Parts: sequence; structure tokens; C-alpha cells
Amino acid sequence: MDSPSAGSPLARPRRRLPKLTTRRLALGAVVLSPLVLASCQLPTFGGYRGATKQAVDANKLWQGFFITGLCVFILVAFLILWAVLRYRRRSDKIPAQTQYHTLFEIIYTVVPIVMVLVLFYFSVVTENSVDAVPASNVQVNVTAFQWGWRFSYPGHNVTVIGQELQNPTMVVPVGENVHIVLRSSDVIHGFYVPEFNFSRYALPGVTNQFSFNVNHAGTFRGQCTQLCGLYHSLMIFQVKAVSPSAYEAWLAQNSTSASTTAYHANSSTVQGGSS
Amino acid sequence: MTDVINPPVIGGGGDVTAVDEHVVEHGHAEEHGPTGVLKWLTTTDHKVIGLSYMITSLVMFYLAGIMALVIRLQLASPSSSLLSFSQYNELFTMHGSLMLYLFAGPFAFGGLANYIVPLQVGAPDMAFPRLNALSYWLYAGGSITMLLSFFVAGGASSFGWVAYAPLSNATNSPGAGSDMWIMALALTGFSAIFTGVNLVATIFYLRAPGMTMFRMPIFTWNMLVTGILILIAFPVLTAALIMLYCDRHFGTHIFTVSGGGVPVLWQHLFWFFGHPEVYILALPFFGIATEVIPTFSRKPVFGYKGMVFATLSIAALSTGVWAHHMYTTGVVLLPFFSLLSLLIAVPTGIKFFNWIGTMWRGQLSFKTPMLFCIGFLFAFLMGGVTGVMLAAPALDFFTHDTYFVVAHFHQVLFGTAVFAGFAGLYFWYPKMFGRMLSDKLGKWHFWLLFIGFWLTFIPQYEVGLKGMPRRVAVYPSNLGWQVYNQISTIGAFVIGISFAILLVNLWISWRNPVPAGDNPWDAGGLEWFTTSPPPHHNFTHLPPIRSERPTWDYNHPDSPALHHGKPTGPSSGHGGDGSGGTRETVEV
Repeated sequence: MDSPSAGSPLARPRRRLPKLTTRRLALGAVVLSPLVLASCQLPTFGGYRGATKQAVDANKLWQGFFITGLCVFILVAFLILWAVLRYRRRSDKIPAQTQYHTLFEIIYTVVPIVMVLVLFYFSVVTENSVDAVPASNVQVNVTAFQWGWRFSYPGHNVTVIGQELQNPTMVVPVGENVHIVLRSSDVIHGFYVPEFNFSRYALPGVTNQFSFNVNHAGTFRGQCTQLCGLYHSLMIFQVKAVSPSAYEAWLAQNSTSASTTAYHANSSTVQGGSS
Repeated sequence: MTDVINPPVIGGGGDVTAVDEHVVEHGHAEEHGPTGVLKWLTTTDHKVIGLSYMITSLVMFYLAGIMALVIRLQLASPSSSLLSFSQYNELFTMHGSLMLYLFAGPFAFGGLANYIVPLQVGAPDMAFPRLNALSYWLYAGGSITMLLSFFVAGGASSFGWVAYAPLSNATNSPGAGSDMWIMALALTGFSAIFTGVNLVATIFYLRAPGMTMFRMPIFTWNMLVTGILILIAFPVLTAALIMLYCDRHFGTHIFTVSGGGVPVLWQHLFWFFGHPEVYILALPFFGIATEVIPTFSRKPVFGYKGMVFATLSIAALSTGVWAHHMYTTGVVLLPFFSLLSLLIAVPTGIKFFNWIGTMWRGQLSFKTPMLFCIGFLFAFLMGGVTGVMLAAPALDFFTHDTYFVVAHFHQVLFGTAVFAGFAGLYFWYPKMFGRMLSDKLGKWHFWLLFIGFWLTFIPQYEVGLKGMPRRVAVYPSNLGWQVYNQISTIGAFVIGISFAILLVNLWISWRNPVPAGDNPWDAGGLEWFTTSPPPHHNFTHLPPIRSERPTWDYNHPDSPALHHGKPTGPSSGHGGDGSGGTRETVEV
């Protein structure tokens, strides 16, 4: 699995497109090329650029899919609009009753198959990178429950628990692989940090593992995504990324005292957000 | 009406027997049956049952729509106190359940298919008329059970329309409301299975002489494939529901960890039903678009055979993609389900080009049904493009269970069940009642719906990408989510107004009927050959059937279909007896 450089997921389909010499694809390539050339400055198209190494990869895939999707949308929408505007009824004459055109039918079957296979290739590359669980010195055991989160740091005797309205905070070091071991103690929950471009179910009876590597310090909000009962809306948490030394200090500070630290946000409202 | 068929002109000995027996079996007895309410309660006529289905499912649609408006009101402000958490969870569960189980499917294969398919294949009724009546009453019972669950202690079910275990077990969702949800679905599930059997049998055995498989209208083709998908998918759902009920009441542990069960098994069973179900809800509406677009383009459907094979391959692929709803569980093989899901874009794309090719160089007129179909094309295009994005696991990881997915599946289902579904209603209403709906009001309905649709769902994509999960009753006010939700709420109410206009339109057509005639749109299907509404056993005469649009061939003998400029239609003598293009009809 290679780690794709800035432009590669997009540059590849551009090279392939001219081979399929149809007017339609040429049009798509013309639309696509300036965007590809400017791929370093590509907008995020509504998503997050990503606060982890994995999230950045996912965002690049998103950009590629978005541009492809946009081109397809524009092309098909244009054809529909053209047909609607150009072929309005102008007389009572019955038009030619054309029913088949084998060449067109082959083109609009084969071209989408090729496009799908290209998309699939980049999708697999990215999902392997996002899903990988490399060796790591930092492990956090996350347990989801109705309706809150427990973050425990094995070997350090540190546990953070927060229930609804308390918004617990997971502290992790910047620039290190963080290995998450995700469990649920009751129903299915979803561990989701939007700026990490990632979510994973906490399934009862299953231990899910994944990894992320935060690329800059900050506090990132997270929330349960999978409906888990009455207070599903309130299962909010934060991930706070700090420098490795600050992380060590935080661990030391919290492991000596009582093993449970509850982080209380504004407990009077539900607007926990990232504080 | 006589029960004598005239075989020499129509040809095809085997088919004649089938029709003959059917006519004899059902004879004239029901023609003089009860009238009024008693007729509606006791009928086995596919047309009356079809109308019962449509009326019931439209009631469900309006109820679920009102629920959606209440949900949107709650979300217009970040911490609204309009609804309690439990009321909110009940409402979105019932909104989804009503729309998916009690509106979209029954409206399509219980209502429209029931009414139209026998007419399109030239049959006097469905293959099993009594089973058909049983289907309807099971469905009606299921619907009433579902609605009554609001009134029991603990309220209606609140675990979402997908009822994920273990949230749906007796510990986490106690109360009779959840049991009633299970029972309502079991009843509706059996109703769907019986309808599926009936559709498949009707299409295989009751086609009029001359109506070969490749002369069936695409709507009928799609209903055949839908019927087969129903037979694949619904028994799995029904079995899963029984397992869930056993877990809740009889101490089994099929979906419970504590007894050695596997919660994720529910998701596998549910989505093994649920993904074919998505196409059970889409194919009938593709079929409607494929009737409406050729009619208002005055051309035959472009690429008929490609369309049929596209439909068949969608059906085949749809049974192998269920786990794309489960990427984030971490326990499914991502590349397999991802590839199959992406591949569905290919036959769906073929359909798009078929529809565009049908309009190409046509003579398009924009009556209400055509407008709704063009709305369907745009809505489904957007839903399809975002569907390709969601098929990539790495993208699904951060959009799963967010408003991005909500927007995606609403655009798909709204595009099909609402835009194409109501295109079907406007299209066939004249056939069903012999009177027109107002085209002017229909256009108001369309444009308000179209504007409201984009206003409602485009902001949801963005707020989903920003991280708003679905099924939350409240959300933080400091993340900029409110404005998107408010636009969405405004859009939802515009949609609400558009459907009030439909009610006005129906009321006007009821009070001041404008006669429709047999074929107001100059359409091609066999259903337009008979009177509006059709007589008790549908046809007194049939035209020669030489293509998928026998009524068009009959009315326009000089306009056969062309393949690369060569005629393939009725005048080419394909039928073998050289009678194509004449204006002879056959008594049935």
C-alpha cells in the first residue's frame, strides 16, 4: 500500500480518460484538468481537510469522488436540460421512432464500468490506509455506554468517564499513532470525530480497533452517531491533542490521584460543543 | 362481453388456454356483486383492490409527512423544547416506518402495479384474486396496528425504522409499542409476499396472446423483477422479526450477547432484506418514468432491451450489497461490498441514458406527469451521485449516520417514490376515474415540490459533512448548524404546501369532473385501449399485440419503431401473420 502524494489519486484518472476517446469524456477531462492541476489548493467541498494523517487521506479521496461526481452530474444534467429545452413540442408531426442505437448503448455501458473500476482502485487504497492499525505506544480503551464514554489508559491507571451533559475529554499526543480499542457495554454506539473523517461502531460483544495520528494540537468534538436510546443526542465527547510531553505530564498528574476524573462542561445546557 | 377469444388473428395457442380458463373461472358472477361500501369490503377486483391500496398508502404518506414537519420544527432551533427526547425518537421511527413500509412499497406494488399490470398484459384480473384481497387486508391490518401503537403505554416504538439489536430487545425497548411495530411489519411483510406471488404469476401466466416477454411494457417488466425481489427479501425480514420477537418474549438469545447471541446478525438479516427493499422501492418507479417519458416524447423507449437487462442486473447486484450499510461495524469485507455497490451505478446509468435517449429528438410536451418525471431525473441523479460516494468505505466512515446519509437516501427515495410515484398518479388517474386532474394545479404542485425538495435536502448534505449525526433531537448552537437546519425546515414546509395543492386538485376533480376519454395522453400501453375506468374484466376488445405499445401501433399504423433507421415495429411483419398495422381488433 503506498501513501498517495498530493496529486496522485486525481492524476491517475486524468491519464486514463483521453484513451476513451468520446466527446463526452473529452468534455469531462476539460472540466477536470484545471482542478487536477490545482490539486494542492483543492477546496474541501464541504468536508474537513482532516486533523489526522488518516483524515487527510480520506479527504483526498473525497475530493476525487466529489470532482468525478460533479462532472457526471453536470454532464447528465446538461443532457437532460438540453433534451428538455431543445426538443419541446413544436408541431404535431410524429418524430422518428428511433428505438436502438447499438454504438451509443455500448459506449454508455463500457465507460461507466471503467470509471467505476478506477474509483474502486482509489477507494481500496484509501480504505487500507485509513483502516490500518500500526504498532503504537499509546493505547486508549474506549467503552461506550448509555449514555456516555469511558476512556481508560492501560498501564497508566487513568480513566476518564463522562455521562450525558458531562462531555468527557480524551487526551492524546500529537504526532503519535494512537491505538483505540473500542467496546460497548450495552447497545450499539458510534464513535465519531468529524474532523478525523472517521467513525466506527462500538458493538456489544465485539472489540473494534483502529488507529489515528493527530497532526496538530487542538480540541476536536466527537459524538455518538448510532441511535442508542433516549439520550442519544447527548453522547458528546472531546479529543484533546497535546504535545507528547504535555500528554505525559497529564497522565502522571491524573494517575496518582483518584483513578476517575470526570470532566464537567456546562451542565445546565446541552450545548456542550468543543469548549 | 363474451368469453370467446378469436385465436386465428392473435395467434399463439398456449397463451390462449390460460386466458380462456381465467375468463371461464371468474365469469360474470362478480359483475353483479354488491355496491357501495360492501363492494370495497368484499371485492376481489384488482382495480378496486389497487385503489384501496393507493388510498390507504396515501393516508400513510400524509401522516408520515406531517410527522416529518413536526420533526423539522423541532430541529429549527438547537435545543427546542417542542418535543421530548422520547417523543422525538418515536416520531422519526414512525416517520421512517410509515414512509418505507406502509407508503412507498404498497403504493407501488400494491396500488399501481395491482391496477396497471393486468391491464398492461391484457389480463382480466390478477392470477389469484382472493389472495390479492387477503394481501390488502393484511396490509390494512398492519397499518392500523402500526398507528395504534402511538396510544399504548410507553408510546410507539422508538428504535428507528431499522430496529438495530440490542436496542430493540425487551430490556432496552420495553413496551407494547415495539411489539406492535414488529407485528405490523410481519403483517405487511406477508401482504407483500402474497402480492409478489400474485404479480409474478400474473405476468408469467396471464399475458394476452401476442404479449411475449419482450413485448411487455417496461413498467410490467419492472414489476416482475420487483415481485421476484420481494420473494427474495421479505421472507428474510419476516424471519428476522420472528427471531426478534422470540428474543423479546420467549427467552431466546439470538441477538443478545449475554446468551451467546450476535447483535450484528440482526443487521445482516435486516439489510439482506433492506437493500433489495431499496430496489423494491425504486424499480416500480423507474417503470413509471419509462411509461411517462416515451408518452410525452411521442417516441418508443430508447434501448428497450438494454433497459430490461439493466433492471435484471440491478436486481441481481442488489442481493449482494447489503453490508454497505455496515461498513462502520468493522466486521464486514469492505472491498467486496464496495465493488458490488459501485457497480450498481452502471445499470442505473444505462437507465439514465435510456431516458435521455427517449427524449432526444422527440416532441416533448410538459404535462404534469412529464414534469414530475423530469423532477425525478434530477432528484435521482443527485441521489445516485452521492450514492457512489457512499459506496467507498473510506468516505462512508465519516458520512455514515450523519445528515449526509439522510440527505442521500431522501433524495433517492423522494426522487423515486414521490416524484416518479406522483407522476404515476397524475398519469393514470384519468384511466382510473375517467376524469382529468387540473394541469395548472398539477404544475403548481410540481414547482413547489421541486423547490422545496432542493431547499430541504441540499443543506442536509453540508450539515452532515460538518458532523451533525442523524436522529438527534438537539444539537450544539455554537457550530453553525442552525442555519442549515432552518433552511431545511423552510423547504419541508414548502413541500407540505405543495401536497395541500394536490388535495385541492383531487377535490376539484371529484366535484367538477372533466371527462378524460380512453387515451388522453396518446399513450401506447394496452391499458389505454380500454375505457376509463375499465370495465369489470378490463377488455371487451384487444388490438393486435406486436410491440410493447400496442395502443400506439393501433392508433399510428405508419409510425413503427426504428433500429438504425430500419423498422422493428408492427409494420415489419414481425408478428408473422402480416396483420400488423391493420385496425382490426379481437373480441375477448
